[in-house]
Amino acid sequence: MENFIDAFFNIDIMRQATPLLLKGAWVTLQLCAVVIFLGLFGGLGLALLASSKSALLRLPSFLFIDIFRAIPPLILLILIYAGLPFVGVRVPPFVAVCIAFLLNNSAYFAEIFRSGIKAIPKGQMEAARATGLSPAQAQAWVILPQAVRNVLPDLLSNVVEIVKLTSIASVVSLSELLYSANMARAVTYNSSPLVMAAGLYLLLLWPLVRVISRFQRGLSISH
Amino acid sequence: MTAAQPLPTLEITALEKRFGETQVLRSIDLKVQNGELVFVIGPSGSGKSTMLRCCNRLEEPTSGAIHVNGKPMLGIPRKELDRMRLQVGMVFQGFFLYPHLSALKNVTLAQRKALGRSKAEAEARALEMLDKVGLKHKADAMPSELSGGQQQRVAIARALALDPKVMLFDEPTSALDPELVGSVLKVMRDLRELGMTMIVVSHEMHFAREAADRVVFMDGGVIVEEGPPEEIFGNPKSDRLKAFLSRVSGEAA
Amino acid sequence: MDFFDAFLNPEIIATYLRPMVRAVWVTIWISVLVVISGLALGALLAGLRAYQKRWLSWPIVLFADLMRALPPLVLMLILFFGLPSIGIILNDWFVLYLILTLVLAAFVEEIFWATMTSLPRGQWEAGAATGLSFLQVLVHVIFPQALRMNIPPLVNRSLTISKMTAYGSVIGVKEIVSVAGSAQAFSGSATPLTMAALAYLIIFFPAMLLSRYIEDRFHYEH
Repeated sequence: MENFIDAFFNIDIMRQATPLLLKGAWVTLQLCAVVIFLGLFGGLGLALLASSKSALLRLPSFLFIDIFRAIPPLILLILIYAGLPFVGVRVPPFVAVCIAFLLNNSAYFAEIFRSGIKAIPKGQMEAARATGLSPAQAQAWVILPQAVRNVLPDLLSNVVEIVKLTSIASVVSLSELLYSANMARAVTYNSSPLVMAAGLYLLLLWPLVRVISRFQRGLSISH
Repeated sequence: MTAAQPLPTLEITALEKRFGETQVLRSIDLKVQNGELVFVIGPSGSGKSTMLRCCNRLEEPTSGAIHVNGKPMLGIPRKELDRMRLQVGMVFQGFFLYPHLSALKNVTLAQRKALGRSKAEAEARALEMLDKVGLKHKADAMPSELSGGQQQRVAIARALALDPKVMLFDEPTSALDPELVGSVLKVMRDLRELGMTMIVVSHEMHFAREAADRVVFMDGGVIVEEGPPEEIFGNPKSDRLKAFLSRVSGEAA
Repeated sequence: MDFFDAFLNPEIIATYLRPMVRAVWVTIWISVLVVISGLALGALLAGLRAYQKRWLSWPIVLFADLMRALPPLVLMLILFFGLPSIGIILNDWFVLYLILTLVLAAFVEEIFWATMTSLPRGQWEAGAATGLSFLQVLVHVIFPQALRMNIPPLVNRSLTISKMTAYGSVIGVKEIVSVAGSAQAFSGSATPLTMAALAYLIIFFPAMLLSRYIEDRFHYEH
């Protein structure tokens, strides 16, 4: 037992690692802010294209969505970070992560927005057009607000997934939370910094996970 | 009146049910003899459904006793309760067919899992029961493909297939469109002809008048009055029953 | 051309085709194991939670919350690097399999549980009234319905977590990413990375189309 506490919950080592981990957590938060922003807008744009009447717009959007949902973000990230230099393009880790996440997250967000738009009855669009709104206005003021409200739980759980996913940035040596913790582990020969990082992730995500569970239950009861 | 009372098929003694502070049932005593059709009427909230649900312990009574053919329903271990429930068939207002199973499978499931009948035996029995409710041709239909009246008849077959000693009907036609009520009542009438013991909670007063052996009027968690239908409908004694009957006939008119 | 030479060099493709195919099999094999055991464990946990015993539900909820809130990569590193220091040494692939199974089980448990609480109470009562035991109602009445209503989210979650087998590269499992990574370092070409991406496309693109089809078909009408 003592052995166990020493290996995973070593207070001294945790105290030592705290400044490094907090710095890492700050990078993680910044990274989250950027990639969630990019993903939401990329996804929204893609979803509108994928919901359009023109097959010329629709098919490439679907292809994009399915391709980038099929490829694990980790391989995308490595391909961008380690592959592009071979053609003379060198990107810093932060930018590589942003590009990889933009491609992956847009696809996932687009799927969510699209299913929300699809679920809005046709009559809503017709009613909006009948009151003289242009298609774009109808989309913006009538369809999208309803669609977003309907898929709010899915959006939230995708945000949780993205925050967790930022941990893969450690693979390209971006000094976010997991990278910092793993550094501290290697230096101290002790896993306590990893456990501490887990604690920080929990601090951030546990409340959201609770809210999602509440959401699911609330929705299912109202059905 | 009779010298040697035969053992009642269902006997409710001093049944009490409280939900927290509210007393829903108060000292209910009721005996149902073999082959009898007892009709329970009363305003909503009078406790009639709760009484019915206590009989197979979907609702846990606060105190009292319930016996089926002389055997206790209360104070028995879980396993024994599952076995006793086989003797008490129940038909719900909301049908509650299993939506993922065909009509036939709905009827065979408990036969196989609770009674341990073989597949062939259960299916033969199920077809027989579906035939009895006039739906043999719908054996392979899924519940979503059946009308409400058909679903309720399959639900009756599901209960009957387990050879219950008594059938409880909890507002079996309340959720049905008016034109579908008749088909369910017909099945119930047939059952009565065959001598099935039944307790029916329902608002179908015509059916009560014509088919019931005895009508029980409940209000405020107690049995206010009981007697043969001619008595209850033709010559009500208590003011509460009179008020209830005039209200109901007012609605019907 | 420069680009093709870097990303789709035929010689390098030929050289590394065989190890890549082997790695694809490792990925598929672990994914299948994870999906089977994750679904089974998740359903089991939801079933146990249905007994509504506080001492049983509480740890299950805690487990599901933790596994959904923590990045799987963090869990894998803790297990892989931490356990040896208390004398437990696990295979790299087993750590990957174990963590992904637990994560999938947590999501499956939540999906099942949400449905089980939303089914009309009459479904439980109809089962009980026909003499079925609690377990029998659970297995024959409740679970089949929960499964049917949740095929799209279950398929999606299974696919998402299957793709996380790529994390195995971090702890040295010889799956697609790790084989491609060492091939890239060895050959000095980005081509093995492209092969890895294509390998995932070959495995998961049809799966994405399938899940789209399933979503349309099983969209629960109610």
